[in-house]
Amino acid sequence: MQPFVKERGIVATLDRANVDTDQIIPKQFLKSIRRTGFGEALFIDWKRRPDGTPDPDFALNQPRFKDARILVARNNFGCGSSREHAVWAVVQAGFRTVIAPRKTTANGEVPAFADIFANNCVKNGLLTIELTEREVDQLFAVVAATPGLEATVDLAAQTITLHAATPVVIRFEIDPVRKDHLLRGLDDIAMTLDYEPQISAFEKTHDAQMPR
Amino acid sequence: MFSGAFARDLHPGIPVRYDLRIMPKTLFQKIWDRHVAGVMPDGTTLLYIDRHLIHEVTSPQAFEGLRLSGRKVRRPELTIATMDHNVPTDDRSVIKDPISKAQIEALENYCREFGVTLYGLGHARQGIVHIIGPELGLTLPGTTIVCGDSHTSTHGAFGTLAFGIGTSEVEHVLATQTLRQSTPGTFKVEYTGTLRPGVTAKDMILKLIGMIGTAGGTGSVLEYTGAAVRALSMEERMTICNMSIEGGARAGMIAPDDTTFEYISRDKRPFAPQGEALDKAIAFWKTLPSDAGAAYDRELTIDVNQLAPQITWGTSPGMVADVTARVPDPDGVPGYNRTDVEKALDYMGLTPGTPLTDLAVDTVFIGSCTNGRIEDLRRAAIVFAGRAVAKGVRVLVVPGSEQVRKQAEGEGLDKVFKRAGCEWRFAGCSMCLGMNPDQLKPQQRCASTSNRNFEGRQGKGGRTHLVSPEMAAAAAIAGHFVDFRTWK
Repeated sequence: MQPFVKERGIVATLDRANVDTDQIIPKQFLKSIRRTGFGEALFIDWKRRPDGTPDPDFALNQPRFKDARILVARNNFGCGSSREHAVWAVVQAGFRTVIAPRKTTANGEVPAFADIFANNCVKNGLLTIELTEREVDQLFAVVAATPGLEATVDLAAQTITLHAATPVVIRFEIDPVRKDHLLRGLDDIAMTLDYEPQISAFEKTHDAQMPR
Repeated sequence: MFSGAFARDLHPGIPVRYDLRIMPKTLFQKIWDRHVAGVMPDGTTLLYIDRHLIHEVTSPQAFEGLRLSGRKVRRPELTIATMDHNVPTDDRSVIKDPISKAQIEALENYCREFGVTLYGLGHARQGIVHIIGPELGLTLPGTTIVCGDSHTSTHGAFGTLAFGIGTSEVEHVLATQTLRQSTPGTFKVEYTGTLRPGVTAKDMILKLIGMIGTAGGTGSVLEYTGAAVRALSMEERMTICNMSIEGGARAGMIAPDDTTFEYISRDKRPFAPQGEALDKAIAFWKTLPSDAGAAYDRELTIDVNQLAPQITWGTSPGMVADVTARVPDPDGVPGYNRTDVEKALDYMGLTPGTPLTDLAVDTVFIGSCTNGRIEDLRRAAIVFAGRAVAKGVRVLVVPGSEQVRKQAEGEGLDKVFKRAGCEWRFAGCSMCLGMNPDQLKPQQRCASTSNRNFEGRQGKGGRTHLVSPEMAAAAAIAGHFVDFRTWK
């Protein structure tokens, strides 16, 4: 897996909440048995009008967001289906970071990213950053005011630096386990297989005890 | 951490905050603790997986990964495969789409190469992975189950810790029989009261999602409790647990009880313990329910006495209302901002203020891992019996498994459906996600017993309203949505 240390690139905004994985990569692309070739299909039903031509109203079709590497969206990004194809599509379309806000509701604060999607991101070197709603609003505003805005995401320092006329630095929190995985580009399976003797020992007792 | 006591046993160096051996535990904690195969230096749990279910869509890349790295499937006997997402439900003799065909053949080939049992197309046990798991006795209380599909939460109805994973994690489980997991939070949802006639388990779960939102359960394992849950059959409990993911939860669970044991003991379930082993298992399963005084991170109570049939009006399962309601005003939806609601109403072709029962349907889909079991079909059949589908409405009834199909045909339900004007199909995911040819056309409006009303989910431009099987069947006959409680 490609490690994530420090990345600079154009910031694109997508002003939608609850972006589900069916939108990120529609079902017709799930028939592939490969891990590649999904980049072009990212948000395809939003990107194109019913007649197949590009929809100029769709945010990511704007020329200013061409070659963007950082995607900013609203709360609950990646909800729905567990399809890892969604993460492959985001990565293969050139993105290295997705940013979304935690949301305060009547029932407390809800995370910015859906669970399975966030797990899948770590396995593919895609950094998900949770910010507050106010910080994400600020990002949307700065991007709107600054065509071609670039930002540097420094994972080690846990900062996002917006290279605007007046540079803005936003600090973010991240689970230390995820951070370490991304920084080092770790292969989970190889690491877990180092625990093979422990798994075997557990299995012996467990198999004898667990009705299944 | 919940696994504290075990962490100390396995890793003497790791500090433990609580000794949980003497503290009351929840159902979730009991199962979690029994499956901690190790704790990583970073504090991540290595969770042991008892059963791994796989299907054609999310596993080929995982097998390819194993092959490229020269790895094996660690416990092929704990891995079971079927084909469901992509299979045709009409003519099974030929798969016309060459890409679909290649995917199905890939699964066949990988199962052969890696020694995994496959209930493939044409097998009497083929079906939606979450329907055949319980049928086969693969789904047992106290165990852990994963599958590369978000609706794996279905199996939680048995007091099983079951959740969906991505393809990289599928590969990890194939290679190691474990998963690296952070400990989720616990969230108790207590349903009190008694359901009124015509109100179902589907309405109970849709109501919850409407209350907490589609991210309300993120990071949590839900436990459904209360008198209204105890009164449900296993199949109804599966409907509730199935849609836990639509509330964002990692899993949903219901403590096992006599209803659970009766389900597992009845019929021929080849993977379930039998005879003496079953008695021993039941004794163990009885220890699983949450202890009195066990603490949850969050709790919520829902009274079902006044619960009405639910119907989604938008493009997110949280956009749901009582059947007696009207299409909401864009500013009047808690949890969604004006723009989200406007976009949803635009996509759905709806005008605020329209009574939901005024909405005419073109298509009705009865099936899926949410509502494709025999009891769902029986309840729909009661509605269709002696009645005819409204002119111009297309109705697909798709059994969740070939066993369900056989049983339904044995009971004559297929004849009831066909006589009313429905199409009766072979088993598969079908129009729930429209990966096969069962799809909506742009702007078609569908009453669907499935689980997701996302844009384009059932076909590009298609408009999905999620409802119970009764509500779907009644809409098919009336040609528009009706309040099933008062409809004749």
